[in-house]
Amino acid sequence: MTKYRVNKTKHVDQTKTVSFDFDGKSYHGFEGDTLASALLSNGVHLVGRSFKYHRPRGIMSSGSEEPNAICQINEDTDLTEPNVRATEIELYEGLKASSQNCWPSVNFDIGGINNFISPFIPAGFYYKTFMWPKSFWKKIYEPLIRWSAGLGKSPRKPDPELYDHKHVHCDVLIIGGGISGIIASKIAAKNNLKTILIEDKNTLGGSTIFQKNENYKINDKYSGEWIDEEIAELKKLDNLTIKTRTSLAAYHSYNYLLAKENISDHLPLDKRNGGIRQRLWKIRADKVIVATGAIERPLVFNNNDRPGIMLSNSVKKYLDFYGVSCGFKNVIFTNNDSAYETAVSLKEKGISVEMIDIRKKSNSKIVKNAEQLGVKIYWNSTVVNTFGLRKIYSIDIMNLSEDGSNVVGNKIRINCDCLAISGGWTPMVHMHTQSGGKLDFREIDQTFIPNEIDKNHINVGSCNGDFELEEIINNTNKKVKNFLNVSKTQFDNTSVLNSKELDKRNIWLLPNYISEGKCKSFIDFQNDSTAKDIKLALREGFKSIEHVKRYTTTGMATDQGKLSNMHALGIIADTAGVKMGALGTTTFRPPFTPLTFGSIVGRSVGNFFDIIRKTSIHEWHIQNKAKFENVGQWKRPWYYPINDEGLHEAVQRESKAARDSAGILDASTLGKIDIQGTDASEFLNRVYTNAWSKLGIGKCRYGLMLNEDGMVYDDGVTTRLGENHYLMTTTTGGAANVLSKLEDYLQTEWPELDVYLTSVTDHYSTASICGPNSKKILKKIFPDKDFSDDAFPHMSYQNGKIDEINCRIMRISFTGELSYEINIESKYGKSLWEKCIEAGKEFQITPYGTETMHLLRAEKGFIIVGQDTDGTMTPIDLQMDWIVSKKKYDFIGKRSLYRSDTIREDRKQLVGLLTDDPNEVLEEGAQIVSDMTKKPIEMIGHVTSSYFSPNLNKSIALAVVKSGKKMNGQKLIVPMENKNINVTVSDSVFLDKENKRINA
Amino acid sequence: MFLINCPYCGERDQSEFSCGGEAHIVRPKQPTELSDDQWAEYLFMRKNIKGVQFERWNHAHGCRKWFNMVRDTSNDKIHAVYKMGEKPPVE
Ligand SMILES: [Zn+2]
Repeated sequence: MTKYRVNKTKHVDQTKTVSFDFDGKSYHGFEGDTLASALLSNGVHLVGRSFKYHRPRGIMSSGSEEPNAICQINEDTDLTEPNVRATEIELYEGLKASSQNCWPSVNFDIGGINNFISPFIPAGFYYKTFMWPKSFWKKIYEPLIRWSAGLGKSPRKPDPELYDHKHVHCDVLIIGGGISGIIASKIAAKNNLKTILIEDKNTLGGSTIFQKNENYKINDKYSGEWIDEEIAELKKLDNLTIKTRTSLAAYHSYNYLLAKENISDHLPLDKRNGGIRQRLWKIRADKVIVATGAIERPLVFNNNDRPGIMLSNSVKKYLDFYGVSCGFKNVIFTNNDSAYETAVSLKEKGISVEMIDIRKKSNSKIVKNAEQLGVKIYWNSTVVNTFGLRKIYSIDIMNLSEDGSNVVGNKIRINCDCLAISGGWTPMVHMHTQSGGKLDFREIDQTFIPNEIDKNHINVGSCNGDFELEEIINNTNKKVKNFLNVSKTQFDNTSVLNSKELDKRNIWLLPNYISEGKCKSFIDFQNDSTAKDIKLALREGFKSIEHVKRYTTTGMATDQGKLSNMHALGIIADTAGVKMGALGTTTFRPPFTPLTFGSIVGRSVGNFFDIIRKTSIHEWHIQNKAKFENVGQWKRPWYYPINDEGLHEAVQRESKAARDSAGILDASTLGKIDIQGTDASEFLNRVYTNAWSKLGIGKCRYGLMLNEDGMVYDDGVTTRLGENHYLMTTTTGGAANVLSKLEDYLQTEWPELDVYLTSVTDHYSTASICGPNSKKILKKIFPDKDFSDDAFPHMSYQNGKIDEINCRIMRISFTGELSYEINIESKYGKSLWEKCIEAGKEFQITPYGTETMHLLRAEKGFIIVGQDTDGTMTPIDLQMDWIVSKKKYDFIGKRSLYRSDTIREDRKQLVGLLTDDPNEVLEEGAQIVSDMTKKPIEMIGHVTSSYFSPNLNKSIALAVVKSGKKMNGQKLIVPMENKNINVTVSDSVFLDKENKRINA
Repeated sequence: MFLINCPYCGERDQSEFSCGGEAHIVRPKQPTELSDDQWAEYLFMRKNIKGVQFERWNHAHGCRKWFNMVRDTSNDKIHAVYKMGEKPPVE
């Protein structure tokens, strides 16, 4: 046992030694220790350097508010993690931790450097200094800041661990397993309510669990003993789930809360067995009881940041919970009674302690107790300076003036190896404000306390501003009874003995004989901002707390100002001469403590990142070595390389084959909507730009759908299957949105229409066969069918049968070739496909992918919505005036087609482009210019589609160009990085304008 | 994340719904007779109130029905939910 381990407690098992490394040195602790308590038991206080000034810093607290002891753990493994607080890491065998901020090294004496740097780092430093030149940011400032500040290292490899999400519902959720949380849980669970209690530590009982003081008794027992018994009983309750190591991350409206459970973080790396590391609980609670407690405030005085300066209650916790004394010559500096509990605890164990109290007196029982034990108290005094680099060794104190605004008398020097400080308590109102709750300012102890209006959520215990034991028990009991409608509880007649605090005094910034400019009185330890910075910001004209906060970076670190916000507010109020309550507070946002990315994404990684949709023919594509392209969630064959073909070679071959003989495309992914009802024709009239009433049964028609603003939204072929029955096809990517849009109109604008929409995209698979030999192939598949142009003309459909399985055959074309699409129930998709391939063998039928499909349709000048259009193109812009009905009274988007903006003649319009050099293929997205001499050069359009056409043996492109309609034959320029490409505007139909092929 | 009481399915998590903006903007019956300004008023102009607002919502990952909702945008309190075509509740 090390000399600092002075006490045996039941929370730390001193028979089980745990070895660990810190900054490359090996140490021992025990099971039950945190990294912080184990370090302190080895006499290690110095754990890092501060962010801006690189001042040595030590462990300050024992919880999530820790600003200094920020570590990188398990460096050089896949499991390394930055930004971990030593006070929250449960010690395990083999843990490797290192200081995160330690430039140039933790132990290096850099007093000189510190003084050299500090004059250059005032408030607003980042805003003022690193402004220009811009190039300095990337090369000098950023690396300098990162190198000097050490913001931690992120892991280099994918996270090997598993994370989980869990949805739960409960009647009552209690946040915090301290005394008030335990009382609340017991009342809720005993009254037949499904209750969940979450606690971020691994044990319940909060700070009461290590309380063994004559002055605090419940039912004649030490409060620590009493709560021990309560916890034992609590664990037996059936409808209570207790989740320890679980911290609340966010409290959203409607009592929706997120909590992160650490499942294996406390286990040695080799014992984690690939199980789940963390689980994010998504909790929907009928009622929420917040019992998150309070955080002890530091005091703000000169050099208040040395290693060995710690929060008073943390010193007590290290002693009474972990059995570790933080020092052997302790001084406690306080403005309130609670610090005397620490003094009594130290003194009872024979450890030296003296008190410095800014108050003039206190007549409470606990103070008298300390005096009786022989603790020396310096009343009406303040610390004016501290000494010691790696650890504090002495302090100077002085008396306060009557009004506390100054110091008087002589300095007294006191030697010490630990200075415990207590500036009172701040209720943890983070959860309350996250949920949308407001705060009230309580003058007497300068605290913000919850103002409760939501009837489904209350705050109890010290997070509600109840600090005395008696208040906590009685008020929690009363409030929870009321909240849960309970008339009687076991806590109704609890007898509580406690010491009452009667004398209060608060000074946000303690006075000094040293001039303000020369004092380093830290407010935000993690971001290194001082009282001087706040005052400077105020002098420079910042008034709002939110602005001062950002300018000085106070409260902006990962601890979200848990220790600093109140002092910042107090100093602003004092300096500006306004009441603190009038200033308001900053907003607390989730997460309360940082969350790992793993816990946020849960199982949604790798294959589970998004849904992958495959057609029923997918296996065949894989066997035939297709390269795939993602289209929305669909995997579509992109091209089918033979041997070592690249994209270009494969597409040239596929395109040629499709026009010379036969090609086959898996078109199953196109959106399909089944439309039925007596008003189906009228409905189509309203949603498409062209007329539908006269489409005969068995006929197909191409339609263009607009948004109400007149811009092209989607397109596709719709087939009339029966009098009141249509099958609409949409683009692959637009299917879901089109259905939603149509449903919206049906339900909200035209509820009188008798129309029913059903998505059948997944129900049918589609093989599309095109090319001059396609008719012969179809004839082989459907030998009984008459495929003559008279019997089965272009843009018509017929039913067919393959081995007793019904299918629909549409003679439609997206390639400009003679083309048929066969639709069959999805489960037969692959066998249909194989049948087509078999039948097409003698014609060298060639499977082609999306790239060839795009090339073929571009040759024919067919648009692709979303590639040649971008939400700013009307049908008129696309030169598709023919599809816009002049006769129809109304359709979606009609009125917008003659708004002043849409009738402008200089809108961008779709045209064809031919390069003067037929082998030069333009880049899609390239800008188009007409006049290179006029500066600035005006960009009049851009290339939307561009290919080398093997069938035309030249480069072709589609483009949108301002006033393009009138430019046919005109020369334009496409400027590229290293050359200007000369192009000529052409018709957008490059091949078979007369439709000879389609009708072949 | 709030809970929405779908008039067809009951109380469900907000993640099942999508918001369709301001409610009670009726598509003009005779768009062709409107001036550019009148059409633009229908097409583009939407309120964005801090406070009580009438909104369209769709139970997108549920029954897919559209309905109306009265929501206070400042605190997400839902004051009423009612079907399409039903009269909005009076304050
Ligand atoms: Zn629903």
